[in-house]
This record gives sequence, structure tokens and C-alpha cells, in this order.
Amino acid sequence: MRRQHFFLARGRFWVGMLPWAWMLLFFALPFALILKVSLSTPELAIPPYLPPFVMEPGDVLPHLRPDFASYRRLHDELLALGTPGADLQYLAAWGNSLLLAALTTLLCLLIGYPFAYHIARSREAARNTLLMLVMLPFWTSFLLRVYAWMVLLDSSELGLINRVLLAAGLVDAPLQLLYNQGAVLVGMVYSYLPFMVLPLYANLVKLDPQLLEAAADLGARPWTTFLRVTLPLSRRGIVAGSMLVFIPAVGEFVIPDLLGGGDVLMIGRKIWEDFGPNQDWPMAAAVAVTMVLVLIAPIVLLHRHGRADGRTDGRSGEAG
Amino acid sequence: MDQAGEKGAANRRAYLRIEGVTKRFDDTLAVDEVSLEIGEREIFALLGSSGCGKTTLLRMLAGLETPDAGRIVLDGENLAEVPAHRRPTNMMFQSYALFPHMTVEANVAFGLWQERPRLTRAEVEARVAEMLDLVQMQRYARRKPHELSGGQQQRVALARSLAKEPKLLLLDEPLAALDKKIRQRTQLELVNLIERVGVTCILVTHDQEEAMTMAGRIGVMNEGRLLQVGTPGEIYETPDCRFTAEFIGEANLFHGRVADGALAGADFPAAIVLPPEAGLAEGDEAWVSVRPERVSLSRAGAASAGVSEPADCNAATGEVADIAYLGSHSVYHVRLANGRIVIASVPSVHWGDAPPPTWGDVLRVAWFAPDGVVLTR
Repeated sequence: MRRQHFFLARGRFWVGMLPWAWMLLFFALPFALILKVSLSTPELAIPPYLPPFVMEPGDVLPHLRPDFASYRRLHDELLALGTPGADLQYLAAWGNSLLLAALTTLLCLLIGYPFAYHIARSREAARNTLLMLVMLPFWTSFLLRVYAWMVLLDSSELGLINRVLLAAGLVDAPLQLLYNQGAVLVGMVYSYLPFMVLPLYANLVKLDPQLLEAAADLGARPWTTFLRVTLPLSRRGIVAGSMLVFIPAVGEFVIPDLLGGGDVLMIGRKIWEDFGPNQDWPMAAAVAVTMVLVLIAPIVLLHRHGRADGRTDGRSGEAG
Repeated sequence: MDQAGEKGAANRRAYLRIEGVTKRFDDTLAVDEVSLEIGEREIFALLGSSGCGKTTLLRMLAGLETPDAGRIVLDGENLAEVPAHRRPTNMMFQSYALFPHMTVEANVAFGLWQERPRLTRAEVEARVAEMLDLVQMQRYARRKPHELSGGQQQRVALARSLAKEPKLLLLDEPLAALDKKIRQRTQLELVNLIERVGVTCILVTHDQEEAMTMAGRIGVMNEGRLLQVGTPGEIYETPDCRFTAEFIGEANLFHGRVADGALAGADFPAAIVLPPEAGLAEGDEAWVSVRPERVSLSRAGAASAGVSEPADCNAATGEVADIAYLGSHSVYHVRLANGRIVIASVPSVHWGDAPPPTWGDVLRVAWFAPDGVVLTR
């Protein structure tokens, strides 16, 4: 008995340690490295920067020489906001990324909510099949699906959508469908939709159908019932789905790169450029660090908000 | 429809008329041609075990299910085509179905905000206060449902379903979610409250005690059919079928066929003398139901020695198989020679100063023929 208990306690300890070790190894440590790079000075070397501290032989503590130039650059752009002719390439990329991510989130929510609602209201036997269908696109390569959109949206008369439009006589010349913000938006909504549907479904399936019946019984029309009962009770699902879509969408690189061409400037692309062709690692790292900080803020806020609100998980109270 | 309505009004005015209502789920008949009339301000209980169709019938009254056939007429209005949200009925759900994200007052106000023409904020607030006052929940107005006890939730649910002054209040197992102790006290509270408000009420329950305590009339349901409708006394004293006799309280049922004016069968050692005007012909199959408190017990040999049996007395002897001592009375299970158990409920004072019979004692069980009820189905 005692031995068993001992191992059980140890087992629990190690299982609990695993996520922490994981987070340390794959988040905290890389983040520290990036933070270090962001405070470095660009230099023609391999790697192309001077670290923010040096250890001379015989030193007890490292000599600090942090370089805030990259952050100053971002700060200066922020100050220059509104000045005509100012170079705001990072700020513009930031703005565009946030805008596209916000639009993606909104569209995913508008499209995903009916998806999730319908699945949650289906017969129990049908639900798993329907969920599987939502996930089905994941079974093919992500890259393949984005390339498929390139074929669909191709702006020559060979593009599938253009061919249909031309054949139907709706347009005289092929439309410019690819390599613009719209194409990026379409690709992102398409790719991220399941991340909205799944948490929403998990929330809506717990909603007690008797609450909807009670609302109808008390005279609420279906639309009122939705707005006053279903929607508020699914808020946690909406928040969870929106974060799962919004956060990766802000830093998305592949979709804008393939569907947006060079015109759609997003923050992910800026980071790639600075790490790659521009060889300005500190700048790229500084952008990456600010990105984490900017995205953590809304998560913390939403988390606080959700907790303060108490139990609103869709079940009628069972407290005895 | 109008003709039928006038005809109904001519005799006793039926406030709610259920006519041949039928509901089928896939291949099971949940409600089978139920017809029922309920008067204004009546408290009516639909009583039956789970799956008997009582809740489905209630949900059809609320508009949450659509009948496959039949009509529901409330206060002269045919409800068949009226969707749930426009019906003048309100329901208290078994789980209460309080909105967990709203405070107590918001829950009670919910239905009031749906009223058309719209009520003003002041009107809604006044009505909510009145309702919370009625169920004595004013102090909890700002609480969320999960911060309340089961009994408090039940009162909020009641206030919510009464707030719109429905023509018909529907209660689905109103007290099933409460502890037994609270339940008994709440039964009478609930009746008093409903009577004070003066609303016509149909409640659904599987608990015969609850039905008998709360309702003026009871409808016994089984397998989708309404078997018997009557006051608690009628249903208990004169059941008209075996199901009702056995479902409401306890009953000794003896099966047999009529031979020479008495009921002969394997259930009782002697031919059973039937109550007068039993209305049976020779050879008819029938059952006689006798309530345990109608069965008298005496020590075999002692009392009966030398005394001639009255002609309308059915008697036999048996051995005590079980005794349940319940304080004011005891329930004896007496096994007859043919193996049949007869249940008798005897007041504790019955045995006087003598020690009461114990396991294995031989007792004489007897009842007077008029105390038996003849059942043919």
C-alpha cells in the first residue's frame, strides 16, 4: 500500500512536470534566445549580430551592452504616426496583420457558428460524422490546400473561378482574384475555420436544450432566444475559438506569401525578410518579441473577464 | 368547432378541452387518444410511472410537441396552430431550466420583456417584485441560480412561470428534484400559492402521494392512455382497472370467473362473495381488489369458534410471513394455504393488551364483500 502510494505520488509529480518542462524547453528558452537577439547589435558575422553581453576571461559577471536600436525603430514609427512621408513599414505591416486577423476571426465566427450550432443540435449519432467532415480538409497537406486556392483564384482565363465567370458571361475579362488582400482573407478563413468550429461546438453541445424550451415557453421568439440565451451562454466558446483563430492569424506567413504575393505586407513576412534577405536579426527578433507581448495582453484580459463572470457554462444550476 | 364550444359551455364550462390527442414517436405511441376536460382554477394531476406519456401530454399543452391528431382548446381558443412562444401557457420544468447567466430577477423578468404590446421598465420591475414577494425570494433577487438551494430555485422557477399570468400553469414533476422532507412541506405551500393566484394548473407526477395531496382531480395514465379520472378519493376507493388499483396505494387482487354468483379462482381458497350490484354474468372473468386496511385479522380458532360467519364475509386462514411495524399501524403479509400473500394493514391498538401476532402465527383474514371492488380490466 505505502509503496504504491509513493509511486502514485511520484507519478503524479512527473506527469505534472511534463507540460512545464515542455513549456520551458519550447517556449521560455526560445523566447529568451529571441529576446537576447533583439537586444543585440547587427553585425556582418555568423551569426549576424553582437550579443548584448560579453564574458571576457576572468570576468565574474558578463559585461552588458544591450542595443535598443530595433525597439527604438518600432517606437519611432509609433511616434511618427500621422506624419506625412514617414517610413512606417513595420507599423503598416502590424496594422495590416491585425486587420486581416480580425477580419478572419469575424468571418470564421459568422461562418463557424452555424456550423457548430447545427452539429451540436444534430442527433448524437450524427455528431461525430459531422465533426469528422469539418476536420476532413486537415487530412490533406496544408500547403496543398493553399495551392488549390491559387488554382481556383488564378487571375488568368485559366483560373477555375474566372473560367466559370467567363463561361457564364458574367464578366468580359478575367478578374484579378489572386495576389491581393481578398485572396489572403479567403485563404485564412478557409484554413482557420475548424479552429473556430471545434471549441464552439464543444461549448454549444453542453447547452441544455430545456433552456431554449423555457425561453420559448416564456414567449421569446427563436431569434430572441438566440440573442438572449444561446449567444450569452456560448460566450466562452466564442472567446476560445476567436483566440485560436486570431493569434495564429496575426503571425501567419505562408498564406499571405502564397496568395497575397508581394503586395500584402504582414508582420510574419517582415520577420521573414529581416531574418532572411535583410540580415537584420535583431530587428526581426524585436518584432517577434513585441508580437508576443501584444498578443498576450488580450489573452490575459479575456481570461480575467471570463473568470470574474463565474459559472456561465450553459447548464442550469444544480447547486443543492 | 364553435358548435362544440357552445355545447361545452352549456353544461359545465370546460376551461381546457383535450380531444383525442395522439402523439407517436417513431414506432411508439406516446400518447394514445387522450380526451380530458378541466375546469377553470382546477388543479389537476396527471399521474403515472415514467414513460407513460404524461410529460409528452404536458409538452403538447405547452406547444413544445405537436400532436399527431386531436385538438387542444383552451378558453375557447384552439391551440393546435399556436407556437409555444405565443401560447397563454407557462411551464415549470422538472430541472427548473433557470437561465444560469441571469440573476433571479432577470429570470423572472424574462417572460415579461417578451409581452406585446411591450411593458415599461417600471411595469416589469413592479411585477417582478410582486412575484418574488409571492414566493418570498425578494432577498435573493440579485443572486444567480447556482447560488441558490434546490428549494429556492424551485420557487424562482415558479415565480417565473407565474409572472405572465398564464391561463394554464404546467408543472412537470414540480417537486421531484427536492429532498423528501422539503418536498412534503412544499406540496401544501405550492397548492396554497396556486390557489391564491387562482390559476388553472396541470401537474405531472409519478408520486401518487404528491398527486393526492396537491390535486383536486387526478388522471391516471399508463402506456399513453388515460385510464381513470377522478378525485383522489374516487381513484383510491373505486379504481376501475387493475392498473389504477395497484398503482395507487396497495391492493390485494384476486382473479377468477363468476360461478354461481361468486368469484371462483385459484387466488383464494373459497369462492369470493361479490359486492352487491357487481354487474357480472356467469362465466365472466373478473378481479376483486381489496385494500389492506379493509382486511381484518384475528387469531384463528379463537374468535371464529362457535360464531357463524356472516353470509357476505370472505375469510381464510394463513400464516404470518412478514410484519412491517409502522408505529400507528402494522402491515401483515399473511400466506394462505395456496401460497398467496394477503396484505392487511392493522391499527396497532387492534390487538389490545394481548401481544400482537408474530411470524409463523396462524391468522384468519377476512373482508366484507362490499369492501371489495370488482374490476373487469
